Amino acid sequence: MSTFVLMNVSLFAILIATALAITRLRALYEATMLTALFSLVSASLFVLLDAVDVAFTEAAVGVGISTVLFLGVLALTRSREAVTPRHRLWPAGFVVLLAGGTLIYAVQDLPSFGAADTPVQAHPVTETYLEESQHDIGIPNTVTSVLASYRGYDTLGELVVIFTAGVAVLMLLAHAPRPREHLVHRELILADYRIVRVISKILMPFILVFAFYVLFHGDYGPGGGFQAGVIFASGFVLYALVFGLDGARQVLPQSVLLWLIPLGVLLYVGVGVANMLLGGAFLDYNSLNPGDPEVGQHAGILLVETAIGITVAAVMAAVFFSFAGRRLSR
Amino acid sequence: MSWSHYAYYLIVALMMIGLYTVISHGNLLKKLIGLNLFQVSVFMLYIGLGAVEEGSAPIIKDGVETYSHPLPHVLILTAIVVGIATTALGLALVVRIFEAYGTLEEDEVITRDAAEHDGVAA
Repeated sequence: MSTFVLMNVSLFAILIATALAITRLRALYEATMLTALFSLVSASLFVLLDAVDVAFTEAAVGVGISTVLFLGVLALTRSREAVTPRHRLWPAGFVVLLAGGTLIYAVQDLPSFGAADTPVQAHPVTETYLEESQHDIGIPNTVTSVLASYRGYDTLGELVVIFTAGVAVLMLLAHAPRPREHLVHRELILADYRIVRVISKILMPFILVFAFYVLFHGDYGPGGGFQAGVIFASGFVLYALVFGLDGARQVLPQSVLLWLIPLGVLLYVGVGVANMLLGGAFLDYNSLNPGDPEVGQHAGILLVETAIGITVAAVMAAVFFSFAGRRLSR
Repeated sequence: MSWSHYAYYLIVALMMIGLYTVISHGNLLKKLIGLNLFQVSVFMLYIGLGAVEEGSAPIIKDGVETYSHPLPHVLILTAIVVGIATTALGLALVVRIFEAYGTLEEDEVITRDAAEHDGVAA
């Protein structure tokens, strides 16, 4: 048994144990924290499977933003689950066994795990992405070139989904119920603790600079607009957790956020339209600099990644602010 | 059953734990947590399909011959961020349901709806 197999199996053992514990726990606070652990371990698994960009995203999203959102909702609602009646368990178990059995039967047809000669690897598109991209686009991180250039349409679609979901959350939570007078008092905020206040103030610029590093370095290493956006937003989430929502809204007013959410999508589409005006196809970055297509590709990818970063950061921050704002108004 | 597929079996097991949580539990937040588990397991399946045992991360470097396939990575990293955006939408609905019904349990919501419906009919 190779080290690869051994490490995979150990990580899966931790994941399955965590998942079982999550299913059994009735305390939702604990279940949420275990979900964060589940995300962290799956990020390690992604690193082991060479998906460094994915691991980065999973660590930032699953462990950071997702956990904070779940905790925010737990603060608004009830953190204890009712006992699941026994008569619900058996049909669910039956369905799951049936579906699982079918899937186990189906995966027999897949090639061996980790083999090098699978249809995925043998497909001609592999050569395009791994070898020709070096001449066509000229950036080492092929994940970035596929994301922003070869499959630019696809990524635009994903960004529009994020935009739509963000707008929907804002619409659902925008009209807060009228605050009850006797509950209006100054909240105890973490900023009253000196250590937390000082450390978070020191950390804040580093988090934001790191987000920019991730954004601009996405061509050469793991990173890009999605990760950068989430990290940028998490800086403001930290600020809001420590200094309260009003403090964070002074730094990043709601009106600015509401402008930033569509700005990213418009910038992305704008790059595509600019390409068309310059005589290329939609999102064909070569047209940005016909003399040297590589320069055009670099510029196009950077613009598009920035656009992704703006919308993702604004949506994540706005979503967190609206959950947190709900709490103040109740 | 061949043992070279071990990772796929384990991934299916994880998926089914997630699906079981979604189906069997009546608490809406717990359902969302289960959906998250299910979602991450699907991500693993995709990443597993592109992985090569002796491979390297698909960042081109001199002297490296075998890379894992970049396409699943692209699809999944966007899916993760889309996933959190849609989870946030689900959470917003949960908050509104709690504010309207004062409970997160599916059964109680259905019972109250049925009671109100009967009240209107009578």
